[in-house]
Amino acid sequence: MEVGMKGEVYRVSGPLVVAEGIKPRMYDVCRVGEEGLMGEVVGLVGVKTLIQVYEDTSGIKPGDVVENTGMPLSVELGPGLIRSFYDGIQRPLPALKESSGDFISRGIQAPGLSRTAEWEFKPTVKKGDKVSGGEIIGTVQETDVVEHRILVPPKISGIITEIYEGKFKVEDTVAVLDNGTELKLYHKWPVREARPYQEKLPPVIPLMTGQRILDTFFPVAKGGTAAIPGPFGSGKTVTQHQLAKWSDTEIVVYIGCGERGNEMTEVLEEFPELMDPKTGKPLMERTVLIANTSNMPVAAREASVYTGITIAEYFRDMGYDVAVQADSTSRWAEAMREISGRLEEMPGEEGYPAYLASRLAEFYERAGRVKTLNGEVGSVTVVGAVSPPGGDFSEPVTQNTLRIVKVFWALDAKLAARRHFPAINWLQSYSLYLDVLSDWFKDNVSAEFIELRRWAMEVLQEEANLQEIVQLVGSDALPDSQRVLLEVARYIREFYLQQYAYHPVDTYCSFQKQYDMLKGIKELNDIFYKALEAGRLVTEIEEVEGKEDFERSKLEEDYKPKLEAAIEKIKKALLG
Amino acid sequence: MKEYRTISQVAGPLLFVEKTEPVGYGELVNITLADGSTKRGQVLDTSKDVVVVQVFEGTRGIDTSSAVRFTGDIVRLNCSQDMLGRILSGAGDPIDGGPKIIPEERREIIGAAINPYARTYPREFIQTGISAIDGMNTLVRGQKLPIFSGSGLPHNDIALQVARQAKVRGSGEEFAVIFAAMGITNEEAYQFMKDFERTGALERAVVFLNLADDPAIERLLTPRMALTAAEFLAYEYDLHILVILTDMTNYCEALREISAAREEVPGRRGYPGYMYTDLATIYERAGRIQGRKGTITQMPILTMPGDDITHPIPDLTGYITEGQVVLSRELHAKGIYPPIDVLPSLSRLMKEGIGEGLTRDDHVQWNDQMYAAYAEGVDLRGLVAIVGEEALSERDRRFLRFADEFERRFVQQGRYEDRSIEETLDLGWELLAMLRESDLTKIETKYIEKYHPAHKKKAEAEA
Repeated sequence: MEVGMKGEVYRVSGPLVVAEGIKPRMYDVCRVGEEGLMGEVVGLVGVKTLIQVYEDTSGIKPGDVVENTGMPLSVELGPGLIRSFYDGIQRPLPALKESSGDFISRGIQAPGLSRTAEWEFKPTVKKGDKVSGGEIIGTVQETDVVEHRILVPPKISGIITEIYEGKFKVEDTVAVLDNGTELKLYHKWPVREARPYQEKLPPVIPLMTGQRILDTFFPVAKGGTAAIPGPFGSGKTVTQHQLAKWSDTEIVVYIGCGERGNEMTEVLEEFPELMDPKTGKPLMERTVLIANTSNMPVAAREASVYTGITIAEYFRDMGYDVAVQADSTSRWAEAMREISGRLEEMPGEEGYPAYLASRLAEFYERAGRVKTLNGEVGSVTVVGAVSPPGGDFSEPVTQNTLRIVKVFWALDAKLAARRHFPAINWLQSYSLYLDVLSDWFKDNVSAEFIELRRWAMEVLQEEANLQEIVQLVGSDALPDSQRVLLEVARYIREFYLQQYAYHPVDTYCSFQKQYDMLKGIKELNDIFYKALEAGRLVTEIEEVEGKEDFERSKLEEDYKPKLEAAIEKIKKALLG
Repeated sequence: MKEYRTISQVAGPLLFVEKTEPVGYGELVNITLADGSTKRGQVLDTSKDVVVVQVFEGTRGIDTSSAVRFTGDIVRLNCSQDMLGRILSGAGDPIDGGPKIIPEERREIIGAAINPYARTYPREFIQTGISAIDGMNTLVRGQKLPIFSGSGLPHNDIALQVARQAKVRGSGEEFAVIFAAMGITNEEAYQFMKDFERTGALERAVVFLNLADDPAIERLLTPRMALTAAEFLAYEYDLHILVILTDMTNYCEALREISAAREEVPGRRGYPGYMYTDLATIYERAGRIQGRKGTITQMPILTMPGDDITHPIPDLTGYITEGQVVLSRELHAKGIYPPIDVLPSLSRLMKEGIGEGLTRDDHVQWNDQMYAAYAEGVDLRGLVAIVGEEALSERDRRFLRFADEFERRFVQQGRYEDRSIEETLDLGWELLAMLRESDLTKIETKYIEKYHPAHKKKAEAEA
């Protein structure tokens, strides 16, 4: 053992351990005490080393042994990631259950990838080929839908002298380079370091989520960033779950960061049952889950978002589109605050460390659509939930996040109390991708779609203005044309914006259906105004026959005939 | 075991002890005072130079010559099936005059986190007999559902009513109640105890009492003691446990006191930055575990300072718990018991616990409709205050009347009135019948035909 690799504990204060006698670099991983609790170096003060420990430190004493591994916190990247369920530092939770039972005890070590599973490796390069970092040397069919492309680790290159085909475990050598480097099915990568790529590309393709309000009004691009802030009970987690379920990416990484245990259980029970509309296979076949629930150690929570984004980048490097859901980034920021407090750092706003903004920016900057080292195009889209205290968006985490992300989905407690779900406020939310994506919409949905969207938003804006008057004088006092506008706005809100996450049909809505529905409302709008001109009463329009049929049509698998029939019925009732 | 008389500083509830042998973090500490009495404490910070001890019973009477002994162990609770029917102090010692509890097991009170992979999603409907909960914000076994109350509101009555009436239908299994009082007054404690004794519930209960005049720091132990007892009984004896924690606001105040004494950087309103994590280690101990019969359901009670739901205590709680039942001063002033305001209330787990085979097939859509109708009625009240009822349309007036009746007939019920879920749902249908059928846009026709009173009557007449 090198000098300076072993030392002893000087002080213990919650998750913070101060050690003497080691000379580590920043962010090296250390093992503390006889149980070998894992921790990371977060500060160096004179001869002392500050270590944040990922596990409960009860019973650790001054004088206990501390060992420096000399390695930064890393994740294992290779076949076996998909369908995995990890804690914040990539320990598989099923393996922890096997070794320590229903409760997580301390000091357990488990590798991120199974050492015994065998994978069928098919090489795509041959002897004598020159390969460099990020290039694909072969493939493993990891699940029915995911072809895992085995990459040369970044920073490594050479000429292939040996390459094998057949069944291998992750630690087996599958290729040898002329400089003697052995390539295995997996490699390690430090989580706090972004994986390299050739160049960033502009995000021009929308991430299709099947959620009407998101796709139509506030779309996020593949490789883009979005934030969902909202008070408790406004539906952050349900929205995140919906995105994890229906986003049209090849891979989904879901990070449950400091949230409820039962929510992760729900994902775990539900995802193997739900089918991906694109592949027809269970959603779990493309999902990686990371759970560091609120009662699990806080330092590991801080690490969990890095673990998640590194895994996402790895799949991006294979040329895949990846969606990352982080629920919730506020808990991550709080973990930073807690550790910063223990380090007795000078606090910034509301006790958060002064580097909060830069850490958030670093994290979101790891999203993007890129040309990978091997020339493919891949993307990482990051959607972060934010849990502002008291639902107040002026707090530091929300504000610093909004300065970085391009899409803002504002959840609204008032809408939630009315059971209007998804409770996304259409007046407050925005997407800066609308313009860059409009070409895609024109080419792939309909040129009319953008016009319809503009029209619907205008109606909603106008409704908000009129509502202020209605609050004062009642809707009876408005002129007829404005009352019709209110009625049309009601259709947009209740028929279009409201979407039942738990309804088997309505939970997912294709672009085509979105277009048809919005067009249906526009048709009603035109019928209503014509009827008004023809002398019909507003009350007749408000209580027109066929209204319920129209509203329920979205719940049908084969919605189109029902929708058209309802419009026909309404037309007949009003215009004859 | 070595004894130290090297206290260098006493600050609030904290002792600073110097020149010790290595002491473990979290160790239990015994302190002997000059008069021979003893106090207990716990190590909060340990280093080669100084050890910081938080004293549970307060530092009154401690001087720098008091003897400090480190036990080498962490805080544990004596667990036994015989705990049922007993009254214990906030630190877990019997205070009912009965014998000591002979431990079957001495459990650490800091529970390890449940592996999320080992959990089962809670799905079994608990009938509390209270319509505003069962119908609108259903509780399920293994859930943590707090009551957000204000001072002077009848949250204790509601908790008692739930404790009395809660059952899983068709199972015949009763709940055992673990009741943990933190900083409540003698009078409130008396009310609870009297009710427990009168209804015979005490036999199936364990009571932990930390009263308002007990040391504040002891409150940090009380909920953990209670949950340790709950885990022991649930997982060793297969019991279904309902844990009532009252009042979490007092617990958080104690947390803030310790944090201030340690001169930590404060978060919002002086509460420590780690309060979220700390509360999570309490609330997340609710749940169901695969392959184990017993379950733990939590109903924490907290009083919102100034009725402010954005105050850090209810706010952080709401982010951890699976919903909340919010009490309203306005409804209370109208004389409505239980004054549950259903609009800000929520049960996150109800969607899996209701519907066909669980409660009744119409429950999901019924719930959507009831919410929408009540919310619309409440909105209209604001308008009526400005323009008067005459200016409203016919439709508006129907919803306005619905909201009034909803509060008077549906929410309001007796303290001993135990409504079955069918009674609750049918009562809701009676109210929905005040609206037109075309107003019921959230319910499918088949349920309207099956349960709407007008259709039912017609069907009866035909039969």
